[in-house]
Amino acid sequence: MAGEQKTYQPDIEYSFSLTEISRCCGVKTDEILVLVAEGVLSPRGPSQHEWKFGSGDLGRALSALRLEHDLGINPAGAALAIDLLDEMQQLRERVRLLESMVFQR
Amino acid sequence: MDYKDYYAVMGVARDATQDEIKRVYRKLARKFHPDVSKAADAEARFKELGEAYEVLKDPEKRAAYDQLGRNWQAGQDFRPPPDWDAGFEFSGGGQGGAGQRDFSDFFESLFGRGGGFARAAPARGRGEDHHSKIDVSLEDAFNGATLNLQLRVPEYDAHGHLTEKLRKLQVKIPRGVISGKRIRLAGQGGAGYNGGPAGDLFLEVWLKSDARYQVEGKDVFLNLPITPWEAALGAKVKVPTLGGTVDLNIAAGARSGQKLRLKGRGLPVPGEAPGDQYAVLQIITPPADSDEMKALYEKMALETSFNPRLHLGG
Repeated sequence: MAGEQKTYQPDIEYSFSLTEISRCCGVKTDEILVLVAEGVLSPRGPSQHEWKFGSGDLGRALSALRLEHDLGINPAGAALAIDLLDEMQQLRERVRLLESMVFQR
Repeated sequence: MDYKDYYAVMGVARDATQDEIKRVYRKLARKFHPDVSKAADAEARFKELGEAYEVLKDPEKRAAYDQLGRNWQAGQDFRPPPDWDAGFEFSGGGQGGAGQRDFSDFFESLFGRGGGFARAAPARGRGEDHHSKIDVSLEDAFNGATLNLQLRVPEYDAHGHLTEKLRKLQVKIPRGVISGKRIRLAGQGGAGYNGGPAGDLFLEVWLKSDARYQVEGKDVFLNLPITPWEAALGAKVKVPTLGGTVDLNIAAGARSGQKLRLKGRGLPVPGEAPGDQYAVLQIITPPADSDEMKALYEKMALETSFNPRLHLGG
């Protein structure tokens, strides 16, 4: 390994099938299906077998599962938390942006 | 190794009831959960809290911990007394599901790694996926870059102790990454079990804050200072953008705070329309720091009837 410096080509526009995203999250497909039903994840594709989850879905799924597990909330509660966290994140960015414009110089 | 005062971590009394401990845990967990809190130390606090709760919620572990006595101070050098756990039987179980836990040396010296239950490796299986965050400068996000990363990877050594290993990695950052995007390095996660394939490494991108530009999604904002006469009469000024300097026409009668859009000059997100840059005008009044400047201001005061406080009844 020493001396060998390989450059890794990352994959940014990857997508997952239902089985793949379940495996990445370490859960059964049922738990992912619940997150889809709650609107946390929005796969593209006409049928469940052809569903494609985007790279953003993985982060949302992991967050939702961690919240469910760590805080003892159900999927609907996790979905609400995720939506509110997204909104808070947008508002935080907005505030940061506005503050930096008003107070700079 | 340092002694940990689990009661102090949770902020509960030593005689707190199980219900009370659960209630306090839930409240603090919501506050410090790394998915919820943006505080820099949230992850460490949450881990510490999880460890304290793991012990205090379980009557067996709590009794064993209490038995160490109350003379220990948090941070004090600790060595478990011989046979300290004689007479206790840990039934294990408990947690499970997502998120493997890693506890402090203190915890492991008392309860063993994983809190009394070993995790069996599957006979042959795919390695775990690893997740990490990386900071990327705005310039690198715009141009794309090859970054040398150092990731801290927790590992178990030959004696079964948790250690951190530095892993050096060279990664091509694609053009147009934005905050919150995850990039995947296939096969760079945990090693597979018994010849199974390795997991993937996911890197979550965070754009570093920039002295000049602010970023919102794929749009870029820049404060553009202009003089009062450029604002009043209109002007052509040079504006820096991520892709190089461009000329911008400012129409006569420009106001402070006005946003002028430079279409397509933001971050070039692949597969989407590129972001825009906005120049936000800031009219800067020159200081009256010389006789000439003072004379100019006095002339303006005499010759104009401008009253910015008219609407205030002034």
